[in-house]
Amino acid sequence: MRKLLVSPAPHIHGNENTRKIMRDVLIALAPSVIVSVYFFGFKAIELVLVGAVTCMGVEYLVQKYIMRVKPSVSDLSAAVTGVLLALNLPPNAPWWVMLIGSIVAIGVAKLTFGGLGHNVFNPALVGRVFLLVSFPAIMTDWTLPDGWFRPEVDAISGATPLSIINEGLASGLTLSQIMANHPEIDLSWTQMLFAKTGGSIGELSSFALILGFVYLLARKVIRPHITLSILLTVAALTFIFWQINPDKYTDPLFNILSGGVLIGSIFMATDYVTSPMTAKGMVIYGVGIGLITVLIRYFGSYPEGISFAILIMNSVVPLINKYVKPRRFGKEVANA
Amino acid sequence: MSRTFSIGGVHPHDCKISKDSPIEIFPVPEQVSISMSQHLGAPAQPVVAKGDRVKAGQLIGRAGGFISANIHSSVSGTVVSVGELPDMLGNPAVHVVIDTDGDEWMEDIDRTPDVVRDISLSPQDIIKRIADCGIVGLGGASFPTHVKLSPPPGKKAEFLIINGAECEPYLTSDYRIMLERPEEILIGAKIMMKALGVAKGFIGIEDNKPEAIRRIGELARASYSEIEVVPLRKRYPQGGEKQLIDAVTGRKVPSMGLPIDTGVVVQNCGTAFAVYEAVQKNKPLFESIVTVTGDCTGQQRNFLLRVGTRFDKMLEEVGGMPSEAVKLISGGPMMGKAVSNISAASVKSTSALLVLSEKQTARREEGNCIRCGKCAQACPMGLEPFLLNRLARLGWKDELEKNKVYDCIECGCCSYTCPAFIPLLDYIRLAKADVLRIMRARPKK
Amino acid sequence: MGTFVITVVAILTVLGLLLAVILFFVAEKFKVAEDTRIDTVEAIMPGANCGGCGFAGCRAFAEACVKSESLDGFFCPVGGNAVMQKVASALGMTVEEKAPMTAVVRCNGSCDNRPKTNEYGGSSSCRIMASLYSGDTACKYGCLGQGDCEEACNFDAIRINPSTGLPEVDEDKCTACGACVKACPRNIIELRNKGPKNRRVYVCCSSNDKGAVARKACSVACIGCRKCEKVCPFGAITVENNLAYIDFNKCKLCRKCVEECPTGAIHAVNFPVRLPMQPEAFAAPGTTNKDKEE
Repeated sequence: MRKLLVSPAPHIHGNENTRKIMRDVLIALAPSVIVSVYFFGFKAIELVLVGAVTCMGVEYLVQKYIMRVKPSVSDLSAAVTGVLLALNLPPNAPWWVMLIGSIVAIGVAKLTFGGLGHNVFNPALVGRVFLLVSFPAIMTDWTLPDGWFRPEVDAISGATPLSIINEGLASGLTLSQIMANHPEIDLSWTQMLFAKTGGSIGELSSFALILGFVYLLARKVIRPHITLSILLTVAALTFIFWQINPDKYTDPLFNILSGGVLIGSIFMATDYVTSPMTAKGMVIYGVGIGLITVLIRYFGSYPEGISFAILIMNSVVPLINKYVKPRRFGKEVANA
Repeated sequence: MSRTFSIGGVHPHDCKISKDSPIEIFPVPEQVSISMSQHLGAPAQPVVAKGDRVKAGQLIGRAGGFISANIHSSVSGTVVSVGELPDMLGNPAVHVVIDTDGDEWMEDIDRTPDVVRDISLSPQDIIKRIADCGIVGLGGASFPTHVKLSPPPGKKAEFLIINGAECEPYLTSDYRIMLERPEEILIGAKIMMKALGVAKGFIGIEDNKPEAIRRIGELARASYSEIEVVPLRKRYPQGGEKQLIDAVTGRKVPSMGLPIDTGVVVQNCGTAFAVYEAVQKNKPLFESIVTVTGDCTGQQRNFLLRVGTRFDKMLEEVGGMPSEAVKLISGGPMMGKAVSNISAASVKSTSALLVLSEKQTARREEGNCIRCGKCAQACPMGLEPFLLNRLARLGWKDELEKNKVYDCIECGCCSYTCPAFIPLLDYIRLAKADVLRIMRARPKK
Repeated sequence: MGTFVITVVAILTVLGLLLAVILFFVAEKFKVAEDTRIDTVEAIMPGANCGGCGFAGCRAFAEACVKSESLDGFFCPVGGNAVMQKVASALGMTVEEKAPMTAVVRCNGSCDNRPKTNEYGGSSSCRIMASLYSGDTACKYGCLGQGDCEEACNFDAIRINPSTGLPEVDEDKCTACGACVKACPRNIIELRNKGPKNRRVYVCCSSNDKGAVARKACSVACIGCRKCEKVCPFGAITVENNLAYIDFNKCKLCRKCVEECPTGAIHAVNFPVRLPMQPEAFAAPGTTNKDKEE
């Protein structure tokens, strides 16, 4: 007989692990990746692959040779970062931009803080924002890639509705005038739900993103609090502005379905490491993101604000975690 | 929809593989080692010496204080030694070792199978009888039952809750006794209600035991209408006192408080049966119902076992220790204790001997906390295990106290659920003990 | 353009002067009268902030020294006598010379000497292990080997030797701050006088078990046989609870007890090797001891 093993209780484990969770996130991202491959062909595959491989490679090399700890690439968290970053790039981004973004995301935003669980900001978003400020031309160039395998070439056009509207409003036009000038923008909700008129490769199909959201909820990987509070805040706030002046402010449905609000609220804001731990905290965080997003969209110079909104709220998370405590069992202390 | 407690909890696999094996009488062992520390509180003082002849049911250890319990011999025979032996954790405890010789019981024990329904004793006499018979809580903590049935002055019990939740995986001893001795449990509950002077009793049973709910429910509706069966939605740790009170009555035991602060007394259903036997049959607590189980053991069975039977003897009865077995647990897999000394003897509150294989139980390498918050979601006390674990490793006692580490019920949901395999409870348990020590040492305001 | 520059310079100058005046008055008003000797003493301290002196850190120690009438009971284990002499002269007090001390591990239950009876699979913390059960060997007093002492040490002076599973003290680094002594849940680490030329004799066991039990659990356990007590010419050894203890103030390092001990539980360290068992093994320690003598 073997020697008895002795350890403190509990003696069994729920069989959930980091790797499984990350794998579920990748599975949830799969519909969006498939849709982007359908529309952008080889270019989308290239970006996603470069992202995933670079992120995992950088993590492995840095952990092994610089940090001198056991590499943790097998937990797949780096792969998630890579895929997410790829989905946040415009379809025509060259592969080396993806490479630089991945190195920044993993090397700077994740590992300098100590690796998984220690980073303050969402690595994929840091990568994206770094690219946005370093290569503004590339990052806002929504022309479609030429190349191999693109069956639906004509289904989508070049610029994002958000940027067109932003530019139009800046030059003093009203919304209806902009729409008249750009007949190619189809703002019917079916078009928005299934294939938008341009944008980052992952923003293309809101439906695919929502499918991923449902999968994550069903697998209990995330809780709905963050995503729903972002979406509700965006909807409520834009509804008020839209009611005040429909010629200047876009409508709620457009705001939710356009741009990165969905991918941001489903996949970026819900990143465990950089979001609050308690339900109450999650709602505060979500409302904050929604608020900042709408403010940037309506009043900022950038057409899209969700990335900045999430990063700004990331920095508040430690405070939220410190002051927002979960509902305790049996509040008052017995006078015993 | 069945009721359940309000926050946290996890859903481990049931694994009640021994639920269909009826309770069998375990052969009387040739030798028993009866510990004098089988309960919470002061150890009992041995009242026999080497060479004494004892009968089953005879007092061999007298309660060593108010929070303590009498110990009785579980066999008839000769005392061969009284002295320190290692218990199942290897820690020394005074044991009385008795060589068995026949099976002669004390004459005043009623050994007939008849169910005695009339409760003739007065409340004071009931409590005295329970104390004399050395009844302790059989739900795990082994708190002396007579103490629990004597609420401190100024506190009044309103309800009695019988705990039939048995939320730990694998364990089936409570289930079997609920199936086989339902009326005795109800009478035991009535006895305790009389002792407490309460008019309303509940039995909380998880809905993975529909047969027990049905059988006790029918009986209660027919002839014990003051006791209500409450089906509970399966969820661990439903059997925790605070969680059970919440699930059944919706009342919340305050932080640092006791169940009696909400007017509730909780007793395990095995305890109810022991109370019945003590009060109606004059039988001291020297037998316990023990599940011997595990996926890798040859058989999974439920036994009626004499207290003081050695663990290795129990394993022999189900086909010995399997080769792939690495861990032996006294109790369930969530809160039971790993046995380091296989020749240690069972105690009154031993409810199960569980054998786990390496695959089931070996801990995996601890990873980085990914701050998923699943531990906080699972904590039934609404604490933040990730934070407490970090504070505990840093040794920040003030912060630990501020974050209510003392409320931890050590249910293990946090460690169970952590996807990074962080043994959260290991450190939190230690910190809780430290903080409680500091708080108790503090002068009262 | 010229006037603009002059204006700017003028405004900044006036602003600077104004702020300087405000700062001066504020500093005067909120001045905290602090004994400057505290700074002096703190500067002398080694700055390890280890807490080995019993105070929260070097500054707290310095404050306490300055406030106190005499330096009795104050000792910085890290700085040792040299630092205490400096502190004394800075404060115009005297201090008694204290014998240098070192941490000593009183357990020799290595994997070979003390077979494992079960396998511990919990968190690697001695405190958690000790609170759980009696340990992974049959000895419930000995070292648990999870390295709480190593973690507690600020000076990298105590480390678990992976081949024996026991902690080893690096005498040169050990400052006798006592952190490991507090960290050990089994209380097997003791601070003992380093002894002349670092030579000392101690009982390398903490077991209070009866002889037979202790011996069964561990081949090098003290079995409380009292042979050492009888052989000691100086009355330095007492046996209590089946365990011998050598009073380092009385011990004259004659090593009679070492020879007498049937289990080899009494250790004598840093003595020159008497007989050359193996030529190579002799050469190295022989020279070091000689070096120390010079």
